[in-house]
Amino acid sequence: MAIRQVALAGLSREQLLSMFEEMLLIRRFEEKAAEEYTLGKIGGFMHLYIGQEALGVGAIATLRKEDKVISHYREHGHAISKGMPPRQVMAELFGRIGGCSKGKGGSMHMHDENIGMLGGYAIVGAQIVLACGLAFAAKYQNQDHIIMCFFGDGAVDEGAFHEGLNLASLWKLPVVYICENNQYSMGMSVQKAWAVPDLKNRAAAYAMPYEKVDGMDLIAVYEACKRAVERARKGEGPTLLECMTYRFRGHSMADPVNYRPRDEADRWKASQDPINLFLEKLREAKLIQDDDLKAMEDRVDQIVQDAVEFADASPEPPLEELYTDVMIGDANAIAWRYPKN
Amino acid sequence: MRTITYRDALREAMREEMRRDEKVFIMGEDVVGYGGTYAVTKDLDKEFTEKRVIDTPLAEEVIVATAIGAAMGGLRPIAELMTMNFSLLASDQIVNTAAKTRYMFGGQTKIPMVIRMPAGGGAQRGAQHSQTFESWYAHVPGLKVVMPATPYDAKGMLKSAVRDDDPVLFIEHELLYGIKGEVPDEGVEYTVPLNRGEIRREGRDVSLITFSRMVHVCLQAAEELAKEGIEAEVIDMRSIRPLDLDLALDSVKKTNRAVIVEEGWKYYGTGQGIAALMYEYAFDWMDAPIQHVTGVDVPMPYAKNLERAALPARSDVLKAVRAIVPQKVRV
Repeated sequence: MAIRQVALAGLSREQLLSMFEEMLLIRRFEEKAAEEYTLGKIGGFMHLYIGQEALGVGAIATLRKEDKVISHYREHGHAISKGMPPRQVMAELFGRIGGCSKGKGGSMHMHDENIGMLGGYAIVGAQIVLACGLAFAAKYQNQDHIIMCFFGDGAVDEGAFHEGLNLASLWKLPVVYICENNQYSMGMSVQKAWAVPDLKNRAAAYAMPYEKVDGMDLIAVYEACKRAVERARKGEGPTLLECMTYRFRGHSMADPVNYRPRDEADRWKASQDPINLFLEKLREAKLIQDDDLKAMEDRVDQIVQDAVEFADASPEPPLEELYTDVMIGDANAIAWRYPKN
Repeated sequence: MRTITYRDALREAMREEMRRDEKVFIMGEDVVGYGGTYAVTKDLDKEFTEKRVIDTPLAEEVIVATAIGAAMGGLRPIAELMTMNFSLLASDQIVNTAAKTRYMFGGQTKIPMVIRMPAGGGAQRGAQHSQTFESWYAHVPGLKVVMPATPYDAKGMLKSAVRDDDPVLFIEHELLYGIKGEVPDEGVEYTVPLNRGEIRREGRDVSLITFSRMVHVCLQAAEELAKEGIEAEVIDMRSIRPLDLDLALDSVKKTNRAVIVEEGWKYYGTGQGIAALMYEYAFDWMDAPIQHVTGVDVPMPYAKNLERAALPARSDVLKAVRAIVPQKVRV
């Protein structure tokens, strides 16, 4: 039993089950979102996190409430994990006033200032450099919260990665950089895009501690993040974690996924599904019974159903919302609508 | 009132704002030892220490993004870019983050940030160091873009910009740093709003609508026109966005003629934007087509004579005015 305790990161049964349930919730939520997308309830680009759930859940579980998350555009999972009610996420996807951003942001821009979910960013790599500023502000004001910044393997190719990691390391900023390496930036495989096989040498170039993590293993993610978060909070500076993962769906809903062999995805789904892997662990440790699982499935289904009903019932944003939130101080700073006489 | 340079006026504005508010800090390339490319931040680190006057690596994207992130985190950054030419390396952060996050997050974020940057030509700095991109940024909803022409405005508008809760691009023409003008004593509080233009000289015959260094060129032209009996009204727009369109319209409704003068290129620029608005809202008051004096439509040449030919000069303004002000008003 003692050995199993260590293997499960010293987390209580309650914590472990709650993390499992969160992964399940994100999975079911997104499966439902995909359905609603197909029905035309959701528009634009929608990037699903399915397959990568252990990453967001395991990483964010190491944070305090006042810590901040800044992420990429595949961020529904991060938002839910950081505490955004699924209702608000779904309503945002539906483009309704009840969404986290009043329906003005959409799938790629989930944000709630109050819970420290500081946004999905849809310009690849932008959040890497923005994290520097958020972390600088915390340090300047002697606040002890830290910034957790998620980005994909594609963001590593952007100049922002270099500029941001250099500054964060130079200024010892309280950031945890998490590369969710799902091995494809849209259809471009990492092997075709990177001159080096992983981020180890790149981290070394910025004198930044680095760990390569099995991103399908919730506990491995949790433990690596815990170390990185502690470093950041102690003022020892940023860490770069490269978490190996795989997205089970296409890049976005519009992606037929014809750039990677079908059996590759099948293999990952069959043997590396983070939810199944964690369930096996829980079963092995005798922490979960079939009844628990059934109860969880029911709760999750209900939350997802409720989210859809809430989103459906939420009105579209009133037309006045078109002109609000552009500027704070000066209405004339936006498109001039001069009265014609 | 005492007379100080534009450069000193900017430095005073920052010093006063930093004394007033702990949250204000300066960051940029060489702002400490070097004192900024044009010595605007010189010695500010001595009073405020390197905690608040901070040298950054030569990396424009992370400079601007750090300023944005710091502003989101509750601070009031003043980021200095060496020149506006380099702002293009940070233009993604300016356009896609600074201008948009408040809207796309449904009003939850606030970015009280100032980016100061020198711009413009006239010092033989060649094609890549002589440009002025205000129209590019002023095109984007969510930003404020200002270009003060005098030391008084430089100080008053920079103070307003620091206090403003929206992101402000503060563009300083490189040839203006050394000019002198009247500014109240240090510590005597005043600000200049970011949404009002200013009539620099009143006149009844033609409106010269301009901003930044070209204000001075227009004032010289107006002097010369006065000798011919033409009274030109010189309007310093000073804020490109928000634009004080009322001021420009009121002027042209009085003079019935307008010449827009700017240093930037002609096509799709600030002047064309203003001209379109004037046609839209004051067409019935106009007695002649709007004239548009601009920089020549080429990359900036290095050779002294070519550069002079590429920039709008007093003679260009005179020619444009004479083309639309009829003989009979000339006495």
